Order: sequence, then structure tokens, then C-alpha cells
Amino acid sequence: MDFRLSTEDEAFRAELRQFLQDEMPADWLGASRNPDNEDWGFTLQLRKKLAQKGWLTMHWPHEYGGQGAPQIKSTLFADEVSYASAPGRDIFGVRMLAPTLMIHGTEDQKKEYLPPIARGEVQWCQGYSEPGSGSDLASLQTSAVSDGDDYIINGSKIWTSMAHRADWIFMLARTDPGAPKHRGISFVLVNMNTPGVTVRPILNMTGGHEFNQVFFDDVRVPKSNRVGEENRGWYVAVTLLDFERSGVDYSACARRLVDDTADYASKTGTNGGAPAGGSWVRNALTDCYIEAEACRLLAYRVAWMQEHGMMPNMEASMSKVMGSETLNRTASTCLEVLDLYGVLKPGDSRAPMKGRVPEQWMNSFSGTIAAGTSEVQRNIIATRGLGLPRG
Amino acid sequence: MDLGLSETQQMLKNSARAFLEQECPHSLVRAMEQDQKGYPPELWKSMVDLGWTGLAFPEKYGGTEGSFLDLAVLIEEMGRALVPGPFFSTVVMGGLTILEAGSDAQKAEHLPRICQGEETLTMAVTEPSATFAPGGIQVEARKDGGDYVINGTKLFVPDAQTADVIIVAARTSQGANAEDGVTCFIVPASTQGVSIVPLDTMASDKQAEVSFSNVKVPAGAVLGEVDKGWPIVDRAIQRGAAAKCVEMLGGAGAVLEMTVEYAKQRVQFGRPIGSFQAVQHHCANIATYAESSRYMAYQAAWSLSEGLPAAREVSMAKAWVSEAYRKACLLAHQSHGAIGFTQEHDLQLFTRRARVAELAYGDPKFHRELVAESIGI
Repeated sequence: MDFRLSTEDEAFRAELRQFLQDEMPADWLGASRNPDNEDWGFTLQLRKKLAQKGWLTMHWPHEYGGQGAPQIKSTLFADEVSYASAPGRDIFGVRMLAPTLMIHGTEDQKKEYLPPIARGEVQWCQGYSEPGSGSDLASLQTSAVSDGDDYIINGSKIWTSMAHRADWIFMLARTDPGAPKHRGISFVLVNMNTPGVTVRPILNMTGGHEFNQVFFDDVRVPKSNRVGEENRGWYVAVTLLDFERSGVDYSACARRLVDDTADYASKTGTNGGAPAGGSWVRNALTDCYIEAEACRLLAYRVAWMQEHGMMPNMEASMSKVMGSETLNRTASTCLEVLDLYGVLKPGDSRAPMKGRVPEQWMNSFSGTIAAGTSEVQRNIIATRGLGLPRG
Repeated sequence: MDLGLSETQQMLKNSARAFLEQECPHSLVRAMEQDQKGYPPELWKSMVDLGWTGLAFPEKYGGTEGSFLDLAVLIEEMGRALVPGPFFSTVVMGGLTILEAGSDAQKAEHLPRICQGEETLTMAVTEPSATFAPGGIQVEARKDGGDYVINGTKLFVPDAQTADVIIVAARTSQGANAEDGVTCFIVPASTQGVSIVPLDTMASDKQAEVSFSNVKVPAGAVLGEVDKGWPIVDRAIQRGAAAKCVEMLGGAGAVLEMTVEYAKQRVQFGRPIGSFQAVQHHCANIATYAESSRYMAYQAAWSLSEGLPAAREVSMAKAWVSEAYRKACLLAHQSHGAIGFTQEHDLQLFTRRARVAELAYGDPKFHRELVAESIGI
């Protein structure tokens, strides 16, 4: 065992920290889930710089323009960027679609789609959930009907994060309505500018615009945009899910919240109550700190398994469920530490910590839902991991 | 970063598990709860023959030069099997403390005997004030010519009743700082004036009250330097806490397996209860508690093993693992229903020990405070 970073990774971390310090505006509010046009412009700009540094896709194999970086280094990258609340990482393209294409894509698809992702030039979004298909994703009804060399797609996708900024969507659509539900689905890539695609914003409870509903009305897509075999899309998608679950982001955000809240509390004291050193505040924040460190180790364990050719499954679910729930609890505790001030939103002149705490608390609700709810993750741990019988 | 065991550690783990499954069944664990000595000499001898007591000591004392991390791997398996007896007290608290702080003569006297299984030890830190903080050490050791005279009471001393040697943390001077003025003594349990009264604990482990009434020891009994013994005690507590974490981890693993097995077999409403999501989620949570405990515990053990500063890692682990193990046991009981609450079922063997282990070498509250200090909250 060795819990240290390698000398090389230490050096990388130092360089990355310096880069982020240089690039991030002093008044940056954090990687808000609701970037206005100016913030979005900065996000894209930073993403390109990360791409130029070779960091955006460093874990990709050399043949696709990556550095074949070990998984732990790439997790370290996510850890540091998340802790810095910096935007610019690309989950949908770099971490979700690209690895799927590497496994299931044709040579032409790889040539067409991977380079722009690597250059940080294209925004993808993920078309999975539908109004009637959330946790029971395989019940999805959006249809792709064969018409010569094309599919005609009809239906709608919901909770589609960043669809309003996206150039492309990778989506699941039903190609065989008569087959058992997992066996009639195909994985299709659709340009968002295709006629018949419309995007309706859905504001979340922070007032932020991340979600959308995407409608498909007779959208014509060439069959060459299908990834994997027809009707095997579910299995293409399942491979993909294993790429987005190291979950280090949750613990990084939680650590940052604890550090900033502790710093704030030690300078100002809580509102009229116990001073910052008060035992309740100390105890509560330390509790969160320890929990976040436990989550962080679970996340690195997932990365370590991947680096050694093991396929994390139950382990990734553990990291996700514990990380997301810890972030929720941590944000809640930090809000409590700020007392009455804890409710003041970004923009309010009296808001401590630029109002990031209530914002993060509200946003943290999405973590325990998105990419498989906590309940679904626990089902996975129990059935796939522990071998309990399915209900 | 490497989060796996080495090949030799994996071999040690496998062989320890196989041995303990054979030689330390739960029936033995139960019997030893009622036994005055608390462990069977045959099991102790077998463990010695396997080289376990000598695992973490240098070859020149009869050991096999293993690391603290190797020892942790072994202790995880002992925790899983609920091994009764003075292994932990003798090796972790006694032997490693002498190895780190002892004079050549002290090492030459005690370590070979530990490796050979001829001597058992314990360390007496806590007193009726029940704290692992330096201020709790009030047993007095007064200089008397070339000797020291020890007076006072140590409480909650593990395995004192069977120990041949007790390392006693005593106060030799009172200063402004509680950490100054502590001195450690190596005291044979047979010394006149030492009296040991067993405590009746929830886990039927063998804790005791150890009273010192004008116990005279020579200056040669001082371990380390006079008045500067706190760092020795502190390091011993760190090792004790880290080793206790891997011991608890072993227990948590057993509790998980027991619960999953029960959930697969117990049928209600015509199906195994493990097919119900409510029970599945209990099991998933137990597994998550156990796995998060694994890396917290091993991070602490590894830090100590590498000789790195480990205060933060150890305290984080003890705070986290203690609570995680307790919560895992509660969920295990909930999943087992009434049978888990009975004496005949093995689950309670773990639950009672989990609670005792939670308090050993500092409870979560105590260690959270140390973490707060180390990170400056």
C-alpha cells in the first residue's frame, strides 16, 4: 500500500494549482450551475486552455491524442479542478461519450467525433431520461423508426443538462418496440441543429438553468450516427455509466465548503452565537471534513481499480452514493454554521462567502438523483455487489 | 498510490483467515467470555508458533522484520475472528512501545520473550478520569533515592489480569503543560503493591483496575526519559487507535457477510428478505461503512508504518471507523430481526465488542477534536 501521490503527480498537482490560480478571476463565484453568457464564455475559454495543456483528455489512450495517463492522475485532475470550483472540465464529451466511442464506435465515428472533443471545441449533452422514464430508464419510449439509411426520431428527453449550450446530443431511442425493453434500444448521436430538435429550459430550485427538455419531431438522422449495433444500445450505455462514477468531485466540493466555512467562521464568528472556536462549530465542521476524506479515499479506490484493469461496479456506486450524500450533509451543516446569514443568496450585499453556501446546498440535491439515484445505487451495491436476489 | 495488499500480505491474510476459522470458532470466543484467564494457552501457543507475536519485530530479537502495516493485515483477520487474548496488548501496546522507546537492555530483555510468546504485556494509560488526554495521567511516581515509588489507580487497563509486565504512564512532575512531567515505567505485574481487580464489561473483554500502593521500581524501569514520556504514550495511543481500527474493520467485514447470508436465506412472504429493497439498502449501507472504513483504517496504519506524521490520519480513522462499525452493527440487527438480539446468535458478539472498541484509545468525540486541532479549525 502507498497512499502518497507519486513525485510526478505531486509536480503535476503543483503546476495545475498554479495554473488555476493564474487563470481564475479573483471574484469567481464558483463553477455555478447557471452560467450566464459571460461565464459560459469563460468556461469555454478555460476548457480550450485545459485542452491545450493536454489535461482535458490526458487519460485517453495515445492513439486518440491522449497521454495514456494513469486513472489516478486523471482523478487528481478532477479533484483539484473541483476543489478550485473551476469550470471547464467536460463530463459529457471527454468522460462519457469518448470512452464509449473508443469501445463501441466505428473508425469513422472515432475520427469524426473524438478530435473536436479533445480540443475542447464541442459541447455534448446526454439524452437518457424521459418524462416517463427516470430510474426505470429502459422503459424509454422515444422512437427511432427506420427509413432507408436514416432514422426518424420522435419523442422527448428531459433533465437534459446543458442541452441549451450543446452542439450534439448522444441519446437512447427505441428501435424495436416489440422487443423486451432492454433489447430494443439504440444509441444515437444527433446534431442539435437538426430540423425538428427544440429545447425548452427547465429552471431548477436555485433559479438556475441547467436542465432542459428536448423535443424530437420527425428528426431525421443517418444510421451511420448509431453507435454499436441496432437494438444493442442499452449495453453501449451501460458501459458508459461506468465512466462517470469515480465521484471525486463530490468530496472535493465538500472539502472546499468545509475549508471556506471554517475560514469564514474563524474570522467572523457565527451570528451572535458561539464564536468560531465554539465546540459545536468545530465538531460539526470536523465531522464533515472527516467524512469528505473518507469519500475521497473511496473515489481514489475506484480510480486505482480502473488503473489496475479491474472494473469498478459496486465500488463506483459506493463512492457515488456516499459522496453525493456527504456533499448534501456538508452543505447543510455549513449553512447551519452561518446561522441566519446562511440563507442569503449570491448578490445580496450581506451574504457571507458570496452566497455560495445556500446555492451549493440547493444544488447538492441533484447529486443524489442524477446519474442513478441513491436508491438505485444501493440496489446495485446489494444485487450486483453483494449478490442479493433481485426483488 | 497503491491501495492493494502486497503478495506477502495477501498470503498472510489468507493463511491467518484459514487458521482462525479452524482454531478460533465462535464457540471458543463464547467460552472465553466466561473464562477467567480469557484465552486458551493452546491458541496462544499456536499463534506464537506461526510467528505472529514476532511479526513486527527485528530479527535480532527473534522477530521476522514485518512492518506495522503487515501487523495491521493480521489484526484485521483477528478482528474478524474475534480472537480472545492478549495479542493486541502485548504486541501493539507493549512490544512496539518498547521497540520504539526502550533502551538496548530493555529491548533485549523483553522483545525476545514477546516473540517467543513467553511474556505478555499491557499498557496502563487511563485512570478513573477516563481520558486519553495527557492531563488524565495523575498516578504519581516519586523519586526515592535510586528508585521510584508509584501510587495511584489505573482504570480500564486491557488484559492486565494476565499480563506479566505493565507499562505504566505516571506523573513525575506537575507543570503548566500536562504533556510535561509524564514518565513511562516498565513494571512487572508481580511487583509488590500492584493489585489487579477485573472489571465486568459489556464485551466480557478483560479490562481491569490496576492499583499501585507504594510500588517501588528501580530507575532502570524508566522507559525513555524522565518527565518526557508523553510522546511515547501519544505514539502508543496512535498505534493502538490505528490497530483498533483495522480490528474493527475485520469485525465489520464479518458482520456484513453474516447479514448478507441471512438476508439470502431468511424467507418471508414467500421470498428471501434480501430481495426486499429495504433490507438490500441496509446491506448496501453496511458494505459502504465497511469499505470506507477500510481505506481510512489502512491510511492510518500505513502512515504509522512509514514513520510519517500520522496524527490527522489516525484520528480521522478512529473517529470514522468507530462510528461506521457501530452503525453497521445496528443495521445488521435491524436486518436480522429478533434472532440477532438473542444470545445464541453470533451477531451480538460483534455488537458488544464494537461498542467497547469505539471507546478504546479515544472515542470519536476525542479524535474529532484532535483532527480539528491538526487542520486548524
